[in-house]
Amino acid sequence: MEDFGSVPLQRLLERHAEAVEATHADHGDATAQIRRDAVVDVMRFLRDDAECRFEMLADLCAVDLLTLGEEPRFEVVYHLYSLDKNHRLRIKARVPEDDCEIDTLVEVWPTANWLEREVWDLYGIRFRGHPDPRRLLLYEEFEGHPLRKDYAKERRQPLAGPEN
Amino acid sequence: MAEAPRWLTEREKETVEDDFERDLHTEHQILNMGPSHPATHGTVKFLIELDGETVIDLDVQVGYLHRGFEKECESGSWYQCLPYTDRLNYNSAILANLGFCLGVEKLLDLETPERCQWQRVLAAELARLGDHLTRCGAACLELAAMTPFLYGIEARELTWDLQEALCGARVTSNYVRIGGVKHDLPAGFDAQCRDSIVKIRALLADFHEVITGNRIFIDRMRGTGMISKEDLVSYSVTGPLLRAAGIPHDLRKAEPYLVYDEIDFDIPIGEVGDNYDRYLVCVEEMHQSLRIVEQCLDRLEKLGPGPVNVLDPRVRWPAKGRVFNHMEELIQQFKAVTEGPLVPAGEAYAAVESANGELGFYLVSDGSAQPVKVRCRPPSLINLAPLPIMVKGGMLADIIPTFDFVNMIGGECDR
Repeated sequence: MEDFGSVPLQRLLERHAEAVEATHADHGDATAQIRRDAVVDVMRFLRDDAECRFEMLADLCAVDLLTLGEEPRFEVVYHLYSLDKNHRLRIKARVPEDDCEIDTLVEVWPTANWLEREVWDLYGIRFRGHPDPRRLLLYEEFEGHPLRKDYAKERRQPLAGPEN
Repeated sequence: MAEAPRWLTEREKETVEDDFERDLHTEHQILNMGPSHPATHGTVKFLIELDGETVIDLDVQVGYLHRGFEKECESGSWYQCLPYTDRLNYNSAILANLGFCLGVEKLLDLETPERCQWQRVLAAELARLGDHLTRCGAACLELAAMTPFLYGIEARELTWDLQEALCGARVTSNYVRIGGVKHDLPAGFDAQCRDSIVKIRALLADFHEVITGNRIFIDRMRGTGMISKEDLVSYSVTGPLLRAAGIPHDLRKAEPYLVYDEIDFDIPIGEVGDNYDRYLVCVEEMHQSLRIVEQCLDRLEKLGPGPVNVLDPRVRWPAKGRVFNHMEELIQQFKAVTEGPLVPAGEAYAAVESANGELGFYLVSDGSAQPVKVRCRPPSLINLAPLPIMVKGGMLADIIPTFDFVNMIGGECDR
């Protein structure tokens, strides 16, 4: 696999080659797709390695690839940023629909707490070991996960609230 | 301890001593603040655990303004996303337009004309100015100071007038387009803008005079809302909050987009990272924005008239004269109206330095006219997450200035 001249990608391939499934650098964004079970080890390495120094998890989101007909269906996308080195890296991990789980990163970056809650809320992907697995934006009585491609935009929800 | 009065018996003396020595027994109480509270300009709910007036714990509950931004974007065309971006951070809508358009242009590999880039910077800085004025003004208002708020709002009116001249709207100002801007600067914009800059500087001076050295203001702001640098970084906090803690990180300098690398401006930083530092950083950023706007005006004057849109039929309509007389352009216009731009398959992340910090857009396309994923990285949400750390151990009333300077904007936080 190629590192496209990106230092963090190169370090990742040197140290965790077994975890990396694919790489690309389209539009200048260095990206690595990694195995789902290696996510905590890889992220810890990327945060602590002297040449990577990703102190910040800039963003965490998910993508539903249902309409693209790809398997596994979900992709959890992490955008990492290093203040010290001023470089970025995108890490992706595939999550299948029938085992919709991935390890939490709250121990690595506390900001993952809310972002993972949001992904659980909107995509229904569970984060194993999350300390506070509540919905973030929607309410607990909400049925389904609205950003999944098979959730119809027009679908209505039952009324929730205190009963008189 | 003072000596007990002589006339008490031995036993009564003991009681007095005990009363002085003993801790007051208080029970923790849970206070529900919000979601519609006059001092939180935004719908957000805090569940606060209090010991007397001291904050023991805080649970922030967001989502009251969730309107399904991403779902709506993913069920329309790329251009139909653009008006929704105005409704993210409605204090600085143009910055969100810009972030989204830069993302789509990255996917399309488009380079916009130089004149367009300077106009985008000009519009973006006006939006930032309006955002900071609202934040500082509203913070004073919520600390019971009406006068500086009015100065701030008067200055914001001037920036809104300018944005209205640019795009016709005052609040949901939609100026940036994929591959360009709505149109060139209107006639007389230069003079109006330079005139407004003078007025805004005078209003900022008044604002400064009234509030910066005000004893009550300083008492409320100094030493409140403190959080360590390490916590800020591990929570990915960006923008004025991070800079106030002394970390000079600004995407306009770190990853210069548009023409920011040709512009002379400074990044103000704070020392301790309390609310007062955040206020000072915001005020200085406003002065820097005015500097940038002046440089943009000078450069646009020097550049002279020129194209403000890319000549690419995928994203911009062909010239009307060609549409009426040539078959090819007629088809291009028809496709552009009925279908919208076809964005090549791929993924891209583009970020701009918004008034609150890094505003990023992660876009995934499958090559069709409809996006697969439009993710907005909301600085409001991410900056709000460490709020409990900032207010724990402080007084209940300190939540107000801290929350003001976190500047959570419901539209962007909840999307």
